[in-house]
Order: sequence, then structure tokens, then C-alpha cells
Amino acid sequence: MSKIGLIIKREYSTRVKKKTFIIMTILGPILFAALMIAPALLMQLEDDEFKKIAVIDETGVFSESLISTKHIEFYDFSAKYLNQETFEYDLTKATDDLKDSDYYALLYIPSNAVFNAKGSVILYSYKQPNIGIKMHIAHGLEKKVKDIKFQVTADDLDINQEQISEILRVANSEIQVVTNIIDDKGEIKESHSEVAMIVGYISGFLIYMFVFMYGSQVMRGVIEEKTSRIVEVIVSSVKPFQLMMGKIIGVALVGITQFALWVVLTIGLVSIGQAIILKDFDPAKLNPNTTEIGSELSPNSLIPDEKAIEFEKIFQAVYSINYFVIIASFLFYFIGGYLLYGALFAMIGSAVDNEADTQQFMLPITLPMVLGLFVMLTAMQNPNGSLAYWFSIIPFTSPIVMMSRIPYGVPYIDLFISMALLVATFIFTTWFAGKVYRVGILMYGKKVNYKELWKWFRYKN
Amino acid sequence: MNALVTENVEKKFANHLALDNVSISVPKGSVFGLLGPNGAGKTTLIRIINQITAPDKGKVFINGEKISSKHIKNIGYLPEERGLYKKMKVGEQALYLSQLKGLSKQETLKRLKYWFEKFEIQSWWDKKVEELSKGMQQKVQFIITILHKPELLIFDEPFSGFDPINTQILKEEILNLRNQGATIIFSTHNMASVEEICDHIALINKSKKIIEGPINEIRNNYASDIYEICFDGYFNKLESTLTSDYKILDINETMQKTKMKIEVLNKNIKPNDLITKMIEFGNINSFNKHLPSMNDIFIKLVGETNSQTE
Repeated sequence: MSKIGLIIKREYSTRVKKKTFIIMTILGPILFAALMIAPALLMQLEDDEFKKIAVIDETGVFSESLISTKHIEFYDFSAKYLNQETFEYDLTKATDDLKDSDYYALLYIPSNAVFNAKGSVILYSYKQPNIGIKMHIAHGLEKKVKDIKFQVTADDLDINQEQISEILRVANSEIQVVTNIIDDKGEIKESHSEVAMIVGYISGFLIYMFVFMYGSQVMRGVIEEKTSRIVEVIVSSVKPFQLMMGKIIGVALVGITQFALWVVLTIGLVSIGQAIILKDFDPAKLNPNTTEIGSELSPNSLIPDEKAIEFEKIFQAVYSINYFVIIASFLFYFIGGYLLYGALFAMIGSAVDNEADTQQFMLPITLPMVLGLFVMLTAMQNPNGSLAYWFSIIPFTSPIVMMSRIPYGVPYIDLFISMALLVATFIFTTWFAGKVYRVGILMYGKKVNYKELWKWFRYKN
Repeated sequence: MNALVTENVEKKFANHLALDNVSISVPKGSVFGLLGPNGAGKTTLIRIINQITAPDKGKVFINGEKISSKHIKNIGYLPEERGLYKKMKVGEQALYLSQLKGLSKQETLKRLKYWFEKFEIQSWWDKKVEELSKGMQQKVQFIITILHKPELLIFDEPFSGFDPINTQILKEEILNLRNQGATIIFSTHNMASVEEICDHIALINKSKKIIEGPINEIRNNYASDIYEICFDGYFNKLESTLTSDYKILDINETMQKTKMKIEVLNKNIKPNDLITKMIEFGNINSFNKHLPSMNDIFIKLVGETNSQTE
């Protein structure tokens, strides 16, 4: 095996065998899967408990609109807490009683609730009431308030309720803008900005994370070799540049392995999770308008069929994205970005005696990376603006910014320029870093600054 | 035949001249002491021989050939600042470092087995380096340095951190390697061990080579006219006849014998003149020319060059 091959093998196998690697590889997908499944799971769990709710209704008009379901039941206590002499409701006593009762909450509807409803209805509870209950109550009350207001307005305008409903139906006109992209050949394709945005954001962010995670592993590796002084033995057998490249490539392979395992394990876990926990999981449930409780109360919401079509469209959009280009360029920028910064991380590691001293040199790495992240957020809204364009060409930010543009479709010429510049730049940074590195790894106990690094760079061999 | 020759080697770091026109010749099969105070340029010279850095001017030859990457496998280097990967197992590490030197895996395993048995450290194979004591780590590193049977071995302070027993074992191994044909460059500040095992030396101070040659020749050249004498007779009478041409440096009288050191100050007086004078008063049991220790020569030469440059 060639010497650089030996170095790559050592860097790879020692890292992959580490406990932290194994733990991270297993924990990562569990976390991702939890993030994906948990909201749906919580939604289901919420409904399980049966709850009784006491109601004090000063208006006296809402009792019928609060409809009990198999999970929630309403009991009217208005009469019990009405002081017969003052004709006021004793709320203090009611909340006191709630404490030791088996009632989950006390709903207080003040007399001004109909015409000044905002914030006046109060739900007293000793536990944090879940969002489902709040929504269920709000829907019920809203409908009644709406009905009363319709009635009043109908009377004022001297029209009947059906006419009002008709007006509302006509007025309620939702418009969806469909975006179509005309490509160079004049073909028209439907584009899906939302999906493109998410795909772009995730891939850009992953690259950012990858560069920092594995770049600093390279740096720590170099510092370890330097402080343990083994470096002098190794560079008497191999060239410093071989040692540096071996480390960078070895760590890159570790990163790719971890990433691949994450993808596989996450997909596996999510599908297993969905199969076991969410047997009857329906994505439509996530929309509050169509939850079990809400559907009974809001006839105006979309009927399930329409919802299904909506989802169908999103799935189509997800599949309609040009995955070949996205995956290929993701891999390219993933590796290119890492290589560009990896050599710089190695250079910093070679210049210092311990990890604490790295801070002063981190700025030139952190600054463009964080800038790239911010520009990416802007680029997602305006992927073809000049800001997004230039930052996706400049090699120090292009891996992040270009990834947020690609799902929207980027002219091949842009992609080509950006990639070519990235390759040229990482060759340059590696060459530059290599020259500093070979001097730095053998220098001890020196307070190093940028001037010193420049001096090292100019040393002859 | 010289195993290693450096010719007018010069190396500059920014404003600092680390090596100034340094030429040394290391005879094949010798133990060559590379001496000099801290910061003299020894490590830089060693790094140039190891091709870790290249000289700005001058040439380096190994067995008469200009050095190139093919010579790497012929050199074994034990740096002063020693180190191994702390988290790696001893066996794995030895295997890795030897393979980097170009040794095949089977061959490495075979040789490692031999050395681990010889030093009785087989049980360390699966231990992490950080679990070993400093001396144990150095032993492992010594084995790694010599495992690929290099023709040229460079040891920088090899005995630091070893107890006397292990120092003795190591000394024997180094001389063994020399007897098997290896050439050894030995850099140290411990002048006693230089006298003990080196046959040639070179002294470097302030980037320049000051002196080079066989150790006995150098000690003879720097010897002043001091004689170590063991005398059996009338010392008092002898003493009264010694003129101002002589100076008694050290005297140790026992029952009958007197051990003394006498320096002859007049260059015209030969040792025989002193002997003739002495036999009048008694018997001479031994008469030796006093050779300066390497320590004295080191201090003298470094002190002289330092005062010249100041």
C-alpha cells in the first residue's frame, strides 16, 4: 500500500472505531427521526385523556355551541355561581372549587364576549391546557358569534342569512399562484418554490455543518500529532504534504461514512416508526382545520378530498425536482467545500501548540462560512438576485449559497463557473496551507501571528 | 568510506542563520557524536539529513550518493522530543510506523515479535501507549526506530528518561547495531556517555562546526602538559627540588604512596626530564598523561567561540 494510503487508512479506521463516532452515528438518526415523528405522535397522544370542563356563561347563549365529544364534555355551572342578590358571578369561588374537583378546567365567558370577544374568554386550569382544547372551544364560540353577527347584520341590511352565506362564499376566493419555469429550450415546467426552498436550505445547512464538524476534526488531529511530537518521526518517513492530505482525505471518508449511515438509518427509523406507532397516521391530521374536533365545528374548511389532492401535489413537487442535478451538485459542493476549508483547518492546527490558541485564526474561516449561511437565507427568497449570484460564484461561500439556488434551477454556465472556481481555489488553499503546515508542525513554543504564517509560507522547502 | 557526508551546508530561517557552511564526514561503522550547546543547529542538521527540510546551500551524500527519497528507508531517527499516538495500541502503532518506512506487514510482524521477546514486553502489544510509563514508551519507540534495519541511525538524546539498567541495555543494543555494520549518529549533552561510546565527534556552536575528528585525537590535541603520577618515595624532597617550571595541581598522600597531578609549565621540559628528577627520590608506580574530559573540551571550545563572536 502506498504511504498516503496507509495514512488515510489509519486516519479512517482510528476514527470510525471511536466510541464517539459510533454514538453519534446512532444518536443522530434517532434525533432526526424523533424530530420528524414527534409532532405527529404528540398530536395523537393529546386526544386520549377524557376531560370535563365546567362553564360559566354570562351571556347565556353559548351553552349549545360548546359541543361535547368523546374526549371533552362541557357542564354548565352558570346557575350555581350566580349570586342571587347582586346578579354577579362568583368567579373566585368557582376557581377554588375547581381545585379539588375532577374537572379539568373552568371556562369563563363574560357578558361582553359576543361583541368584544378578543381576549375576554378565559380558560382557568391547574394544568397547561393543550392546544386541541383551546381550538375546540374557540371554534365553537366563533361559530356562535358569527351566527349572531350574521343575524344582526342581516336584520340591519334587511337581507336573509342565506344571502349573507352566498356573499361570503363568493368573497372567500383563495388564489394559488403556480410558478412555471421556462428553460433554455423553451420547455415549460411547473416549479414548486416551497419544496425547492426546503431542499436548498437543508442541503446548504448540511454543508455548513459538515465543514465545521470535520474541519475541526482535521485541526484537532494535527494538533494531537504536533503536541504528542510524533510528527517528527512521521515526517522523517513521509512528506508533510502527504501527511496533511492523508489526514484530510481520511477524515472526509469518515464524514461521508457517517452521513451515509445517517441517511440510511434515518430513513429506516422513520419508516419503522411510521409503521409501528402511526398505523393510522394521516398527514391531513396535522392541519388543525381537519382535526377530529375541528371538523365537526367548521363546515367551511376544505373537505378531505381537496386536502388529499393538495398533498398529492406536494408529493409530486417533491418528486419533480431534478434530483440528479441536486444530489450530484450536493456531493460536489459537500466535498469541495470541505476540501477548501479542510486544508485551512490543518494549517491552523499546525501553527498552534494547543487548541485554545486556535481562536485567533478561526475568524477567516468562520466569517465567510457564517456570511454564506446568511446569504443563503436571502437567496432562498431571491435565488437569482445579484447577491445570491455573486456569493454562489465566490468559492468561499459558494458551497452553501449555490446549494440554496440549485433546487430553483440554475443556468449550467453559473454552475460550471462556480464549480471550476471552487476546484481552483481548493487547489490553491491546499497548496498554500501545505507550505505553512510543513514549517508549522515542527515549530514549538512560538507565539504565532499572521505575519509569522506568511513568513513560513515563503520559506524554501 | 563515509556513510554520510555533508558539504558546506547552509540553512537560513528568516533573519537567523541556523547552519553556516557545515561540513561533516561520518565514517561507516562509527559511532559519531554530534555535540553542541542548545540552539547550536544540531536539530536543523539532523532534519536536513532526514530530508524533513532541505538546505539552502550545500549537499548531503549517503554512501556517496546525493540524498533522495529512496534513502529514507535507510535511516532510522529517534528525535529528542519523543512521541507516539497516545490513543493507539502499541502493536498497531509499531506496525503503522514501520510500514510507513516501507517495510511489508509480514516482515514487520516477524521483527516486532523478535524485539518484543528480546525486551520481554510481549504483554504490551494490545495496550494503549498512554497506559505505559514514559520509559516504557521510549523503549517501544527505540524498537520502532531500528526495526527497518537502517544503515544510518540517528539518536537524539537516546538515554534521557531511562533508568541506569535500561540505559545499559540500550547502550549495548546501540553498540550491537554498530557491530552489525550500522553507522550511528549520536547527539547528546551527556559528555560521559560520549567518551564511553563515541569514536568520532563533531562540535557545532552558533551555527558553525568548530571541530571534528576521532575522539582520542581531539582529546590528545587539547591535552595540556599535565601528568598523573603515582609515586612511592620521599615526596618532601622531591617537592623542594621542583622549580617554578612545575606546578602541583593535586596531591593525595597515603601511607607510602603519593598520587599527584603535576603540570609542566615550561615547554622545553619533556616528560622524561620529570621522570629523571623523580626516580632520585623513589619509585614511579604509574605515569600517565592527563587527557582532558570531553566536558572540559566542550566548555573550553564553546566558551572561546562565544567570546570571539561577542
